[in-house]
Amino acid sequence: MSSAPLLSVRDLRVGFATEGGLLQAVDGVSFDVRPGEVLAIVGESGSGKSVTAQTIIGLTRSKNSQIEGSVKLDGEELIEADDATMRRLRGEKIGMVFQDPMSSFNPVYRLGAQIVEAIRAHQEDVGKKQARQRVVELFESVGIPDAARRVDSYPHEFSGGMRQRAMIAMALALEPEVLIADEPTTALDVTIQAQILSLLENLNRERGLATILITHDLGVVAEVADRVLVMYAGRVVEEGTLDEIFYDPQHPYTWGLMGSLTRLDRPRPHRLPQIAGSPPSLLDLPQGCPFRPRCPHEFSKCPDYPGLEARLPEAPGHRDRCWLTPEQKRQKRQVEGQIGLEAPGEVSRG
Amino acid sequence: MSNDGGNRTGALLEVTDLVKHFPVKRGILIDREVDQVRAVDGISFNVQRGETLGLVGESGSGKSTACRTVLQLIKPSSGSIKFEGRELAGLGRRAMRPLRREMQMIFQDPYASLNPRKRIGQIVGDPLKLQGVAKGSDLQRQVQELLERVGLASEHYDRFPHEFSGGQRQRIGIARALALKPKLVICDEPVSALDVSIQAQIVNLLDDLQDELGLAYLFVAHDIGVVRHISDRIAVMHDGKIVEQGTADQVCEKPQDDYTKKLLAAVPIPDPRESRERRETKV
Amino acid sequence: MLRFIVRRLFGMVLVLFVVSVIVFLIFNVIPNSPPAQRLAGKNATPTLVKGIEEEWGFDEPLPKQYLTMMKKVFNGELIQYSPRVPVGDRIKEGIPATLSLSIGAGIIWLAFGLLLGYLAAIRAGGWLDRTLTGLAVAGISIPVFLLAPVLIYFLTYKLEIFPNGGYVGLTEDPWEWLQHMILPWFTLAVLSIGFYSRVLRSNMLDVMNEDYVRTARAKGLSERKVMTRHVLRNSLIPITTLFGLDFGATIAGTAIITEVLFNIEGIGLYAAESIGKLELPPIMGITLYGAFFVVFINALVDIAYAYLDPRVRLGSTAR
Repeated sequence: MSSAPLLSVRDLRVGFATEGGLLQAVDGVSFDVRPGEVLAIVGESGSGKSVTAQTIIGLTRSKNSQIEGSVKLDGEELIEADDATMRRLRGEKIGMVFQDPMSSFNPVYRLGAQIVEAIRAHQEDVGKKQARQRVVELFESVGIPDAARRVDSYPHEFSGGMRQRAMIAMALALEPEVLIADEPTTALDVTIQAQILSLLENLNRERGLATILITHDLGVVAEVADRVLVMYAGRVVEEGTLDEIFYDPQHPYTWGLMGSLTRLDRPRPHRLPQIAGSPPSLLDLPQGCPFRPRCPHEFSKCPDYPGLEARLPEAPGHRDRCWLTPEQKRQKRQVEGQIGLEAPGEVSRG
Repeated sequence: MSNDGGNRTGALLEVTDLVKHFPVKRGILIDREVDQVRAVDGISFNVQRGETLGLVGESGSGKSTACRTVLQLIKPSSGSIKFEGRELAGLGRRAMRPLRREMQMIFQDPYASLNPRKRIGQIVGDPLKLQGVAKGSDLQRQVQELLERVGLASEHYDRFPHEFSGGQRQRIGIARALALKPKLVICDEPVSALDVSIQAQIVNLLDDLQDELGLAYLFVAHDIGVVRHISDRIAVMHDGKIVEQGTADQVCEKPQDDYTKKLLAAVPIPDPRESRERRETKV
Repeated sequence: MLRFIVRRLFGMVLVLFVVSVIVFLIFNVIPNSPPAQRLAGKNATPTLVKGIEEEWGFDEPLPKQYLTMMKKVFNGELIQYSPRVPVGDRIKEGIPATLSLSIGAGIIWLAFGLLLGYLAAIRAGGWLDRTLTGLAVAGISIPVFLLAPVLIYFLTYKLEIFPNGGYVGLTEDPWEWLQHMILPWFTLAVLSIGFYSRVLRSNMLDVMNEDYVRTARAKGLSERKVMTRHVLRNSLIPITTLFGLDFGATIAGTAIITEVLFNIEGIGLYAAESIGKLELPPIMGITLYGAFFVVFINALVDIAYAYLDPRVRLGSTAR
């Protein structure tokens, strides 16, 4: 793992003009990704994780969107780059895998043809036969059996897992340096999910990719991530290595996420610890910390939103945005012997 | 208590050898049935009063078809479905109607299962109206009580579904299912479409309601973690058959069937150290 | 795919059979005056009526009558009685004019409808979109029987740019043919241009939000390729069906009003004359001819649809 980041995002802000006002989907997000590293961005609906990913490759550019900040790939600034540059980048430098492989492929063209299209859009001198052969090899490398025949199948003739493999093949066809996978396994069965995650991990290692994995599933994060970013209401609320986040989480939202997971390796709790309330509307955020309405540990400093800072001297890379002291955090996050947010016995109000 | 004639086990719901086949048709000019998709291929299980039976399986396992067949939303190809000892298979629509009050269903997609043109008071109250149980101000009162019971404010009576979040909509769906005071509620993936933090809320709500109202649940999902949490007993479905059945602890801690073991092994553990250990022992 | 084609053609034959039976029933069986009388028309002599009765065998059982009728149709023996001319011949004479009208108008409305629809979709919400919407609605709302006389009045009578109706064969004099066709083409096309542009615009806006369009952009395709190879390609599928129905109907003679107003001697005009004179044989003949074309073109359209959308081909087992 080299130490220079390949992709550097600094203070990214993305706003959309809507009928209800300016919706700030991403509000000051910064992170780095290095070659060979898997960065997981965790969050629920409205957290801004998908918008962040799509903004990196310029898919959110439109008259209604305001994009500020910096995204640097290999030192090249992308936010202000022109459309032609972005188009060149997509596929060649950054490959993207989306969540729903069924709707992500055009149903009227054969799968192989769609990947050939991607290849020839960037490398015009590659002939059709050559490109097709490349696709067959790609299919084999992602574990699609009977590749030579499958290349001519239509998307609806594939199972979900196979389609996702084809999607990954397409994202990597031009050998990009960065791979962004937006909820790649959410729509898949758990046995297939395991295979796809393993595939992603291998590819990441073999090719030294810088991978951004977006998900809401902490189990998936634990399997493949090196570093984790937790997002809420468009902001990063906690950032750290995998072990730091799982074993020493600093932000109440992170505690809530961990607590509400079901664990097969532990006895069943009487009640699933939960987070009260719902994810906020981005048009109507409270002053200061956006998690305040749902946080049982809210206190007088919270209306003043803290910056994303490292508050543990022994872990300079572990940053969070919560005013509680490290000792308070260690104490408050223990709920019935496990990490969680609410004491059980609370009414399940919605 | 109704006549339990033939109900040996005293179960609320007793399903025996349920089969549902879908024909696959092929042919040049005329479609002839050449094969069958055996969506549900002979399953047997029962649900006792007040208990939760979890039905877990992946896509294509037949669990959703099984739900719909039990409720007679789809006609079974063969097999017996007994509710409180009374045989449901083969009953016509009219005969089923009074029984529908006893069995209700909660659906997966909170965005698709509520009619966007109706107010939620209407949505929750419709079952009461259709079955002739209540009307007028009595109806409204009952609906408001239901809304409060599922954790919504009774003032929301006049709002439309799009004004609510996914989790709240699912609560509305639950209120609707409870309106007729059923004995059995079939939950078809009730939390899969929700954010993780909301899933826990809904699971806890279902648990509370079960304690308060003595409901029995047939809880169908692909997430074995959630199923394990809420179920007393679990049945694992694969390719149309039940491959393993037992108490939740038995099935999850001492699985007997290969498929069950495979399923459990595939669930990612949200614990990096254990996850690494597990992968190392696999290699 | 082959399976699909075979089935569709078989279906077509079946439909045509059913249509012929219905035509038979309507014309020969249902109304309560003697069929021979009706066939003979308004100015029939009793001898004529008797002759028809024998020819057509109206005293025979129904299925035999049906067979007799179908034999007459296929042998070209269907005759109108005043003047005494085989219907088949008159239809054949009218075909070139109707085809010229239909094909020309069809090309115009398809080309312009798609062009305007495409422009409106890619500039959706802008002034161009709104202008085109207004024009489209105007086009759909103006009835043919209003537009044609207005055009004729201003452009042929007052300004004398175009000839005043009539039809000149293409092989006779191409330039004259063109001049005679321009106004009728325009009249017939205006309605459909409006309609098709709206449909395409709507389809494209739906398709533009699909996930696979996002994937196409994420692959690094140029905006033009995304628009044509993905958005347009998928948006055109429903339009194929639409066009098939419309075009088939036009060839079948539903351009009656246009043909009458512009005095184009095609099948529509023939139909209008026969209706006016209450002559049954031509009406029967035209109905069968029209039905044939509509069914045939629809079968072609269905086959084209299956070619364009592979999901349709696999039928009940697509998963």
